[in-house]
This record gives sequence, C-alpha cells and structure tokens, in this order.
Amino acid sequence: MRAQRFLGYAYLAPYLIGLIIFTAIPFLTSLYLSFTSYDLMSSPQWTGLSNYTRLFTRDRTFEKSLSVTLLYVFSTVPLKLAFALFIAAILNYKIRFINIFRTAFYVPSILGGSIAIAVLWRYLFSTEGLVNMALAGLGFSAVDWFGDPTNALFTITLLRCWQFGSAMVIFLAALQSIDKSLYEAAAIDGAGKVMTFFFVTLPLLTPVIFFNLVMQMVQAFQEFNGPYIITQGGPLKYTYLLPLYIYEEAFKKFNMGYASAIAWVLFAIIMVLTLVAFWSSKKWVYYAGDKRS
Amino acid sequence: MTDISLAKTSARTLDEAAAARRARMHLMSSVIRYALLFAVGFLMLYPLIWLVGASFKTNSEIFSGAGFLPQSPTVEGYVQGWQTSTPYTFGRFFWNSFLIILPKVIGTAISCTMVAYAFARFDFPFKKILFGSVIAVLLLPNVVTRIPQYILFRDLGWLDSFLPLWVPSALAGDAFFVFMLVQFLRSLPTDMEEAARVDGANSLQTLVFIVVPMLGPALVSVCLFQFMWTMNDFLGPLIYISSVDKYPVSLALKLSIDTTEAFEWNRILAMSVLTITPALVVFFVAQRYFIEGISAGGRKG
Repeated sequence: MRAQRFLGYAYLAPYLIGLIIFTAIPFLTSLYLSFTSYDLMSSPQWTGLSNYTRLFTRDRTFEKSLSVTLLYVFSTVPLKLAFALFIAAILNYKIRFINIFRTAFYVPSILGGSIAIAVLWRYLFSTEGLVNMALAGLGFSAVDWFGDPTNALFTITLLRCWQFGSAMVIFLAALQSIDKSLYEAAAIDGAGKVMTFFFVTLPLLTPVIFFNLVMQMVQAFQEFNGPYIITQGGPLKYTYLLPLYIYEEAFKKFNMGYASAIAWVLFAIIMVLTLVAFWSSKKWVYYAGDKRS
Repeated sequence: MTDISLAKTSARTLDEAAAARRARMHLMSSVIRYALLFAVGFLMLYPLIWLVGASFKTNSEIFSGAGFLPQSPTVEGYVQGWQTSTPYTFGRFFWNSFLIILPKVIGTAISCTMVAYAFARFDFPFKKILFGSVIAVLLLPNVVTRIPQYILFRDLGWLDSFLPLWVPSALAGDAFFVFMLVQFLRSLPTDMEEAARVDGANSLQTLVFIVVPMLGPALVSVCLFQFMWTMNDFLGPLIYISSVDKYPVSLALKLSIDTTEAFEWNRILAMSVLTITPALVVFFVAQRYFIEGISAGGRKG
C-alpha cells in the first residue's frame, strides 16, 4: 500500500509541478504585486494600498471600465443562455435532421473565438458593412454601430450570443435525458405545454443552467478579443472592458503593480459572484433523487 | 333506437373534429418550429457563407451588395493576402501555428492522461483536496495569474519563443481536460486493469496498454479541443511572441488589419477564410467527438 501511495503522486507529478509553478505562485505573486509599483526595470516598490485607493477614488477610466464590464456580463450571459435554451427546447421535439441543425448551430462556437471572426464582425457592422446593407434592403436606415456607445457594446454581445452552440448542446443533452414518464404524468394531471415546461422541464434543468451560468459568467468577465479587435475599446471607452484595461496597463505601459491591482478587483468580483451562485444554488438547483428540493 | 345511433354519430363527428383540430395544431406548430430553426440557422450561417463568397470578390464589390455570389470571381484577394505586407508569406504563419499546436496537443494528451489516471485509479493522501484544486483551477480566471507568469517567463528567458505556450499545457495546466478525462475514466469498469495486474503488468503498462485504448474517444476529444483552442488563441501569442517571423496565423491576421492602410478587405477576408478552414475541416470530420465532449462535460459538472 505504501508503494501505491507513492505511485499516485508519480502520475500526479506533472499536475503538481504545474499547479505550484504556473498557478499557485503566480496567484500569490500577483496579490503581492498589486500592493507595489513595478515597471519591470527596477524591483517592485511596496506602496501599500495606494493602487487600490487610486483605483476607487481617482481613476475615471477604471470607473467606466468596471461599469461597462458589468453591463456587458449581465446582458450577454442571460441573453445567450435564454437563446441557447430556447433553441435546445425546439430541437428536443421529434425534429428530423436534428443532427444537421445541431451541427449548424454549433459551427459558430467552433469559430467564434478566432480572430478571423472578430475581423469579420468588424466588417459586418462597419458603416457600409453587410448588416447595414441588409437593413437598407429592408427599408431601415443605416445604424452607426461603432460610433454609438450602446451599439458598440451590443456588437460584442451579439458575437458572443452567436456562439450559443456549446451551451445549447449541454441543454439539449440534459433535455434528452429527462424521463418521458414525467411528461405523461403532467399531461394526465392536465398540465399544458407551457405549464409543463415551467414546472417539470425547467426544475430538472436547473443543474445544467447553474453549470452554464457559472461557466459563461467566468468567461464573459474575461472577454478580450471582442473589444481589442472589433471596437478597440471605443467609442470613448464605452467598450473598454476590464481585461483590455489590464492588458494595456500591463503590457503596453508596463505598470505591472497597478495592472495586478485591477486584475485582483476583477478576480474578486468573479469570485464573489461565483460564490453567490454556489450559495444560492442550494435554494434553486434541484438534483433529482436529492432529498432537499 | 335512432336517438342512440344519432347521438353516437354526433359523438363520432365531434371526436373527428377534435382529432382534425389537433392534427392541424400539430402541423401548424411543427411548421412554426421548422421555420424558426431554418430562419435562425440561416441568420447564423449567412455571415460565414457570405465571407466565403466575399473572399472571391474585388474590394469595391464587397461594399456594393449583400449578395453571396461574386459578379466576376477573382482570387486576387488570396494571392495578395498570402503575400502579406511582411517579408513572410502566410505559409510561414501557418507553419508557426502548426509548430505551436503539435507539441502543445501532445503534451496536453500525455500529461492529462497521467493525472486523470492518478485521480481515477489511485488512493493517496490529500486526494480530495487536490481534486478540489482541479475545479478551482478550472474556475480561476487566467487574468489573475497572467502578469506573474509573464514575469516568470521573462526571467527564464523564454519570451519570444513558443515555450510559454507549450510548457504550462504539458504540465496538465488545462484543468478542463483533466476533469473531463477523470470523469470518463471513473465511468469505465476496472476488470480489464485488474486482469492485467494479476498477469503481472505494472501500473505503467496497465496505463499504456489497457487504459489509454479505453480512453480513446475521450482523448480524441481532448486533442481536438486543444487543437481548436490553440488555433484560435490570440492573447497568449500576443503577449509572448514579438518577432513577426514567429507569428501564428491569429497574430498575422491582426497584423494585416493594422498594416493594410485603406483596409483591403478582400485580402483580409480571404486570409480569414484560410485561417478558419483547418478548424472547420477538423470539426466536420470529427464533430461527434466535439458534441460528445461538450455534453459529457456539462452532464457530469
């Protein structure tokens, strides 16, 4: 048994080394750096809380960046999940060619993260781009997508909603695993389709809704390619999401300490929201076969 | 007598009417369903279809109509886009992408298999805590470790090389894959492995000859996802790669929108088509693995 103990660690070794060198130490280092001023040239200077006080009292860019980040996450995640669930619910009927539809809807998820698609998006929504041409064809006037603050952020939201495929595939798999006899029982009790969806289907889906919610939220808070390529943070920093701000502070201006402080604020927000999700999940997530419900 | 039969017929007609109504409703709702699916599918895929068409258009035609078919198809965009404004052609950038992807995928597959094997088949002290750390790493936003990692790689002299992109993955840094393989391995029976052990195979032999073949489909999913993510990765190369001769396609594409002054969109769109082609081909050849990988991850999570 002693040999067994040793053996487990032998196979675990790559992970343990990676965990310590590339995750644990950097994690603590960035916390330390967030209390310093560090430009990569001289060694870090301890400055106490001054990075954080500057962030929260004097930095207007941070204020703007934080508010657009929250706006972005709280609009994109619910929209994307609702859309993914809606399409999955339709596909869950006895649809012919379900595999073709599923594949077609999944294609954008495969490509969506690529620079090519961000570049395409930048063209699609340009003043003379495809979207405005289509709008003109339908008799609408052209929209200034990148000049208007709300519209510019919305183009990034649209790009991420366009990639609803992986959330949809997860929803669909969960929908297909629901016991059909529950629907029959609901029908016998006289429940209509809408009632059945809200009182049978939705509660049984809460575990995957929870999973998708947390994963998509963590991802949305780290959105970088969209604002970097499509809108370049503009207009007037209305799409200047926090990851872009961190990138520019750290790798353009080499303010490593200040950038670490912003990263830690972003991390704290994500962590608090994740914990809230986990804590509240006891109240709304239903695990079949579990006693609490 | 007649009364009863009359009542019967009227009941039957009522039934038939209800059935007909139900059938009509059913037909209506499935028409709506298909119409919706087609509309959504068309809206979603049209930009991609259009992209392919537009890459064969001239630069002026791109801005003149929303149609898919080019009026006078030309490969000018491809020819000029391939040349780029740098001393290198796009062929070089594809080769660089390949050089990043191949070691990274191999390293990921080997290290994640080992780690998953440890978690699924061995007992060791602190196993629960360590497995908890996999979930923690999975949820940990990269943004918080990126800066110290950069400093570490700078101190090691690894900047402007592919090492910062390879090494963390070769040390099972992508927790998602570890998690996926552990879940998959736990669902497999252990009798084959026990039989091998009885026959005198050691744990490494068991891993290589019994477990790896059984892990087959899950490992294919891991490799495909890693391929796709690395192909699409932009921030990693952006931070670590600074010389143009080492650029992967994602950076080269970004460079081409920065350097073509008047936005030669036909070139940019042509190169966009080329950069998404490998991912698309791999996806269509092996889509089963993607869909299964994604759904398994979600169900188990």
